[in-house]
Amino acid sequence: MHEKLIFEHSAPGRNAEAQYPQAPAHPAIPAALRRSAPPALPEVSELQAVRHFTRLSQLNFSIDTHFYPLGSCTMKYNPKACNQYAMLPELLGRHPLAPESTGQGLLQCLYELQEMLKEVTGMRGVSLTPMAGAQGEFAGVAMIRAYHQARNDSARNEIIVPDAAHGTNPATAAMCGCIVKEIPSLPSGDIDVEALRGAVGPQTAGIMLTNPSTLGVFERRIGVVAEIVHAAGGLLYYDGANLNAILGKVRPGDMGFDVIHMNLHKTFSTPHGGGGPGSGAVGVGERLLPFMPVPLVGRDGDRYRWLDERDLPQSIGRLSNFMGNTGVLLRAYIYMRMLGRAGMQRVSEFAALNANYLMVKLRDAGFELAYPGRRAGHEFIVTLRREAKEYGTNAMDFAKRLLDFGFHAPTTYFPLLVPECLLIEPTETETKEELDAFVAAMVAIRREAQTEPEKLKGAPWTLPVRRLDDVRAAKQLDLAWTAA
Amino acid sequence: MPFIPHTAADVRAMLAAIGVRHTNDLFDEIPEELRARGLEGVPPALSEMEVGRLMSERAARDGRRLNFIGAGAYEHHIPAAVWSIVTRGEFYSAYTPYQAEASQGTLQLLYEYQTMMSALTGLAISNASLYDGASGLAEACLMAVRANRKSTSQRILVPAALNPTYRSVLRGVAGHQHLSFEALPFDPRGGHTVLAGLESYRGQGIAAVVIQQPNFFGTLEDVDAITNWAHENGALLIGVVNPTSLAVLKPPGQWGAKGADVACGEGQPLGVPLSSGGPYFGFMATKSEHVRQMPGRIVGRTVDLDGKPGFTLTLQAREQHIRRSKATSNICTNQGLLVTAATIYLSLLGPRGLAQVAAVSMQRTQELVAALTRIPGVRLAFDGPRFHEAVLLLDRPVGPVLAALAGRGIVGGCDISRHYPALGHALLVCATETRTLDDIETYARALTDVLAAAAAA
Repeated sequence: MHEKLIFEHSAPGRNAEAQYPQAPAHPAIPAALRRSAPPALPEVSELQAVRHFTRLSQLNFSIDTHFYPLGSCTMKYNPKACNQYAMLPELLGRHPLAPESTGQGLLQCLYELQEMLKEVTGMRGVSLTPMAGAQGEFAGVAMIRAYHQARNDSARNEIIVPDAAHGTNPATAAMCGCIVKEIPSLPSGDIDVEALRGAVGPQTAGIMLTNPSTLGVFERRIGVVAEIVHAAGGLLYYDGANLNAILGKVRPGDMGFDVIHMNLHKTFSTPHGGGGPGSGAVGVGERLLPFMPVPLVGRDGDRYRWLDERDLPQSIGRLSNFMGNTGVLLRAYIYMRMLGRAGMQRVSEFAALNANYLMVKLRDAGFELAYPGRRAGHEFIVTLRREAKEYGTNAMDFAKRLLDFGFHAPTTYFPLLVPECLLIEPTETETKEELDAFVAAMVAIRREAQTEPEKLKGAPWTLPVRRLDDVRAAKQLDLAWTAA
Repeated sequence: MPFIPHTAADVRAMLAAIGVRHTNDLFDEIPEELRARGLEGVPPALSEMEVGRLMSERAARDGRRLNFIGAGAYEHHIPAAVWSIVTRGEFYSAYTPYQAEASQGTLQLLYEYQTMMSALTGLAISNASLYDGASGLAEACLMAVRANRKSTSQRILVPAALNPTYRSVLRGVAGHQHLSFEALPFDPRGGHTVLAGLESYRGQGIAAVVIQQPNFFGTLEDVDAITNWAHENGALLIGVVNPTSLAVLKPPGQWGAKGADVACGEGQPLGVPLSSGGPYFGFMATKSEHVRQMPGRIVGRTVDLDGKPGFTLTLQAREQHIRRSKATSNICTNQGLLVTAATIYLSLLGPRGLAQVAAVSMQRTQELVAALTRIPGVRLAFDGPRFHEAVLLLDRPVGPVLAALAGRGIVGGCDISRHYPALGHALLVCATETRTLDDIETYARALTDVLAAAAAA
């Protein structure tokens, strides 16, 4: 299947006239500031555009069409009601700077969302403004820095990060002007507590941790880790990427974390949208309350209002032009209301059930687990190092062949410290039948690896394109179309 | 169970396969003292019908009003086809196209988007989007400091006539890396940034100059002269632009003798609803020579094993999942779904449609300014050429006037007095193609009444 570029459907003079104003208008623009030639945008009919973009959509795998066990991304079902009720015309039409009196319904939803997130994380305050997980991380580390600076303890500029951490953790620390110190994980998947003891000191600003870690396992000595870091004067940052694994079961605030970001597009089921918009709300403990990014929603009696720099003079400031990804926040709000109190705990129970079931089934089918003695959180790692050695087929080959079997591939080659790994996260919204079918596909692919490995190395065979030349893409840059 | 498909038989079979008795046993590695008790702060579940009713009631309470605010987010007509396609599950529920072969739809669309943004800005390279206009400018400043090989300075000149929230976000996002931002004054009569303000920085080693076209007041800047000044003084030029305006205004790639180095801005006007502030998207384009310093995802066209063209994420060596602490930015996501909307919007409007939207919006704003400045107690702040916004000066504080207008169903503009106290009682107004002459007349009558009542009180 191939679809031409929209520009190749274009013909001069064709257009979709019902879509834009036809009234003649000739406002004066000084000649030096005027555009001399029109931009080379496509000229197509409405039907051509609709058909083109509908066809493009059909070239995608998505949750709505395929099992999507992408580890660390929590690709759970996105309920349709969340989209429909977040897109009511009054909500879409409201200008962000319109008076608060015209947005009380919206502000009430956001205020209640802040309260619910506080409750499920055990934190004291929540700011919804960060627009993605990485921006939530940025806000978190910036608050940690602001806290130390406010105490005239500004020499603390080191952020400790385990080697299994998401790449955004060290990148964020650097963006906040901090130095990154990596510490190793033990063979069991837990943090090397002795290495941590050696790493902390008067320069320690804090530690960034994901729990369960990106290795899929719960950090059992979290209490000791918290003690060591706090005793050294540092703060604990919780990367909420894996919150789905413990939702309603353990609260980061109760584990001793001072600040957390939540990926609402993971745990609270807002759409991934082909790579965004995300939402990275942050929660804080007592010590960081004054530093939260603005705006927040506050309540005076029965009126809701935005709190800004005037209410939080020590705030780390603003991260977006308005108040973050409001439409995403509404979707998360609707999802949480439909789950309710009991539904929160069900999420992690069934995410863990599906992950542990799939892990055991793959193990019983002969696949090697990276952490065999451990419970899975909501995801787990299979290492294909044996298959790579014996059959010459690596994790990427398995991933690409899975596409031919109608499954989106798990995350490959992350975390970096497990060779030939697949990080598999089924989520709670998949049926047992789907998981069984995935195991059957993995078994079938391994049989192919033994007998006809070229089937894997040449995969995928049945998708719109076969394996793409990434080296050429980076060397012979072709980043925009030009007319031949 | 909402969104969980397991039958009781499934659960039994799965627990047996795992070898545990209860789902709670799956959490046995978590120390007992850490287990959460109840979650009293979360209310009991609502059905879809109940939550639908709740949301409809809250939305109805907020109602719909006649809007005359711009200030960085603009109400334009969005063709019906845009969101009917954007919300298709294949776009809506897909993730970042890391498995390129299974994501050709999203990837090809992003490549088309990059091509369109390159055409609009007149610059060779566009990324696949950033979070929003304000944070995009912060990323552009960090990028300019990296890309400017002539200067090791971290000083950046920023007009006072730049959107004040953008200025706050610059401090919030880029301030941690020791960038300093210095303000360029604007002309009190014309509302444009004065070239003389730049002269005091000559020879001081400036990394970059930021200019917004049109600026926060809606006024058009002398972008050619400012761009040339920047380049003569070893600084890069960052243009913050309104994408709609680029259908009729000179694109940043053609500013001055050499063109802007980076163009960025808020993508919301291109098919994204106001939605109380987001999600929107930031766009960024640059010259070819700076591509490796650009933050964010970039899609490239390449070939597959059979030599057939296809699309993939490229230049990932710049990004956090590869470079970790040495990445160009910590940014991970883009705003894929909003870019999907923008690409469909630009396809439907084409060059003529977008130019019509821009021209009619300019005209409506002229008509709005004419109607409102006829009212006693209202005058125009600046006499320079403008795009589709204008600053009006009232004879009394703006806040109470806006509150009175809101009571009459009119969102009358943005009170900018707090950000620009020297201007006095300043009100920023905007009219796009979505406002009719009747709407403008309605606003003018209401403002006449409100000001008259206030004067009489």
